Amino acid sequence: MFEDLTGRLGGIFDKLTRRGALKAGDVEDAMREVRVALLEADVALSVVKDFIADVTEEAIGEKVLASVTPGQMVIKIVHDHLVTMLGSEPAGINFTGVPPVAIMMVGLQGSGKTTTTAKLGARIEKRENKKVMMASLDVYRPAAQQQLLQLGEQTGLRTLEPVLGELPVAIAKRALKIAALEGLDVVLLDTAGRLHIDNELMTEVTQIKDAANPTETLLVADALTGQDAVTMARDFNDRIGVSGIVLTRVDGDARGGAALSMRAVTGRPIKLMGTGEKMDALEVFDAGRIASSILGQGDVVGLVEKAAEVIDQQEAEKIAAKMMKGKFTLEDMAEQFKQIRKMGDVKGLMGMIPGAAKMKDKIAAANIDDKTIARQEAIIRSMTMEERQKPKLLNGSRRRRIATGSGTSVQDVNRVLKQFKQMSQMMKKAGKMGKRGMMPGMPPGMMTPGGPPMR
Amino acid sequence: MTKDAAPDRKAGLLHGLARSSAKLTSGITGLFTKRKLDRDALDGLEELLITSDLGVATASQLTQSLAAQRLDKEATADEVKGFLADEIAAILTPVARPLVLDPAIKPYVVLVCGVNGSGKTTTIAKLANQWRRAGKSVMLAAGDTFRAAAIEQLQIWGARAGCTVIAGKTGDDAAGLVFDAIKRASEEHADILIVDTAGRLQNKQDLMAELEKIIRVMRKVDATAPHSSLLVMDATVGQNAHSQVEIFKEAVDVSGLIVTKLDGSARGGVVVALAEKFGLPVHAIGVGEGMNDMQPFDARAFSRALVGLKS
Ligand SMILES: Nc1nc2c(ncn2[C@@H]2O[C@H](COP(=O)(O)OP(=O)(O)O)[C@@H](O)[C@H]2O)c(=O)[nH]1
Ligand SMILES: Nc1nc2c(ncn2[C@@H]2O[C@H](COP(=O)(O)OP(=O)(O)O)[C@@H](O)[C@H]2O)c(=O)[nH]1
Ligand SMILES: [Mg+2]
Ligand SMILES: [Mg+2]
Repeated sequence: MFEDLTGRLGGIFDKLTRRGALKAGDVEDAMREVRVALLEADVALSVVKDFIADVTEEAIGEKVLASVTPGQMVIKIVHDHLVTMLGSEPAGINFTGVPPVAIMMVGLQGSGKTTTTAKLGARIEKRENKKVMMASLDVYRPAAQQQLLQLGEQTGLRTLEPVLGELPVAIAKRALKIAALEGLDVVLLDTAGRLHIDNELMTEVTQIKDAANPTETLLVADALTGQDAVTMARDFNDRIGVSGIVLTRVDGDARGGAALSMRAVTGRPIKLMGTGEKMDALEVFDAGRIASSILGQGDVVGLVEKAAEVIDQQEAEKIAAKMMKGKFTLEDMAEQFKQIRKMGDVKGLMGMIPGAAKMKDKIAAANIDDKTIARQEAIIRSMTMEERQKPKLLNGSRRRRIATGSGTSVQDVNRVLKQFKQMSQMMKKAGKMGKRGMMPGMPPGMMTPGGPPMR
Repeated sequence: MTKDAAPDRKAGLLHGLARSSAKLTSGITGLFTKRKLDRDALDGLEELLITSDLGVATASQLTQSLAAQRLDKEATADEVKGFLADEIAAILTPVARPLVLDPAIKPYVVLVCGVNGSGKTTTIAKLANQWRRAGKSVMLAAGDTFRAAAIEQLQIWGARAGCTVIAGKTGDDAAGLVFDAIKRASEEHADILIVDTAGRLQNKQDLMAELEKIIRVMRKVDATAPHSSLLVMDATVGQNAHSQVEIFKEAVDVSGLIVTKLDGSARGGVVVALAEKFGLPVHAIGVGEGMNDMQPFDARAFSRALVGLKS
């Protein structure tokens, strides 16, 4: 729905032909777009401001890798900063204490506490080899205790039997007592949803916490949340002290900026994320995934890194220069194919190019894949040096020889030649338009590997 | 307190919204007291609207409109607020339309859908309660056959509001249950049938297809059903609301919105952008967890409360 950041930055950096270090003016222009992108991803305004200030400072003067555009470089810097802020180190659950230790779930109404309680219980029994009991402290929402009981049956987890009329603090104490008697390790306390501005219920939850003395107080929050995430998380943390965050509904199509807001304002790690309604849909928080989702694009960063690693820079620049002069030969085309193959799986690569997801059909239709490229490269390699420089020499019998030599057909050879012709024409045109005029955002060497499909 | 005895946590619109807009109010006041309306002030204003989830585009549009009329003029805080509220109210007034039942249609079928945890079941209880009080006979269909104890939850609400609840069991086919419910409702001459559905994220195509199937099956009994399709939206949601409305609208031809949890500190500002973009009626707002915590959507009160003015 919203334009992705690459699209936004494209406009700014298309005009930019300069190489070398990022200049203050360019970075500031780019950051205006980054700001909008973050706000549209629901990152809270105050957090956006701090983020932009930090990242601007970091980006100015940064050297642009020669094989990527300045725009891609900025995105990588922004992305890396996002990952750092979201927490690149996975944070585990704390069980240290005399068993049974308590883990308490808190949050707004409907955020996913009860579901997460059962998912987490199942995960702890399976992975930590600990015995778990769940207890529902939700005496308000109709059938909330039954919900947890049923989830207990589904997952095979021990669930405390509700007693009619028992209050939350008493339930917590009873759960811990019975768990101790039964020799269990962990008690998961599922509390009722509450508004952070509801004084009465916030007092209740502090009383529960005092009674249970949990090793973890997990704030369960919805990835769909907007600007209010920052107020909500701050209030919960200030009132009861949160030890970690669980981000639910990551399986939705929200950009999830709330994650950054909550992390920034509480300083608490996001430990887990809910990725569905089923009981196994709970994963360790993945900062990279959320950062990419916040920026709303494929993994440009991976592209930048791969491009930096693999493309032989001088070779690429040499080809680019030739292209611009219109002196592009079949030899150069073969060299390009080699570069592309070195970068790895072509389809995977396409997925990393921002905007390419939208062109999936076209890419499929153009039949760009590793095999095609390898075949096309083989065809060119079966030509003599002279033929590669002067394709006009290629008459029928030479084409048949090349087809046999490369294990392809004459049609395949014709296709490569046609493609070459189209490419050199495009190059000439692009040369007139000036450097980068043709395909902004694509590193040299990334041009039309399987034909001219990306028009 | 006994189990399941949901205490009505009283919270009026003004209570809730006034509290939630406290920050916005103090912001505007700080910005405009004894000042000329300059660019800085406008920027600050735009930011305040953004923090209410209006979205960048709508916030900027409202601020520009303010600039066009007031730039460089002396303005008191209240004048600025009043102007802004009027602008917002002008956008919201056309969509502030209560849900009007057609008494000629029996049973009048209301389909309720939305993402997980948005407040569908509670909203159904509120609607049922309101219509029961108006003397209508109301039946409920427990169409959430997925979530644990969703059926029991609706049954408890049904008992409190005084409605028959048609229910199967968890794991049943929701469309089949709805088919039975709509038949029962016609046989028993119920005035209204409200159909609860499982929460679903709009990007899950299979779940959206299931919703479409529910409608197809409904229409085997009554070709004109559902007579209203309500999307229940949580006020804490941010810009994802756009995608929610867009996709649910496509799947079930949403006829109106109900915005819940406005008793919290979220201001639900995205409603303003939605009104401009989709023009869907906003029938009511949820302001608490009890059966009586629902109010009509009042464009003027909402707008004025949003900028921190009393009605
Ligand atoms: N798609 C999705 N739904 C979830 C996730 N976590 C919880 N839910 C759903 O959200 C709704 C509310 O969950 P619940 O646990 O009852 O929330 P609580 O009120 O905070 O206890 C239910 O429909 C759950 O199935 C998640 O990670 N992804
Ligand atoms: N504070 C507040 N809570 C609400 C409101 N509407 C629903 N809830 C709560 O939100 C949670 C989810 O509601 P429910 O009706 O089960 O959502 P559903 O999953 O969409 O059916 C429950 O704890 C409700 O009590 C509201 O207007 N205000
Ligand atoms: Mg719960
Ligand atoms: Mg429900």
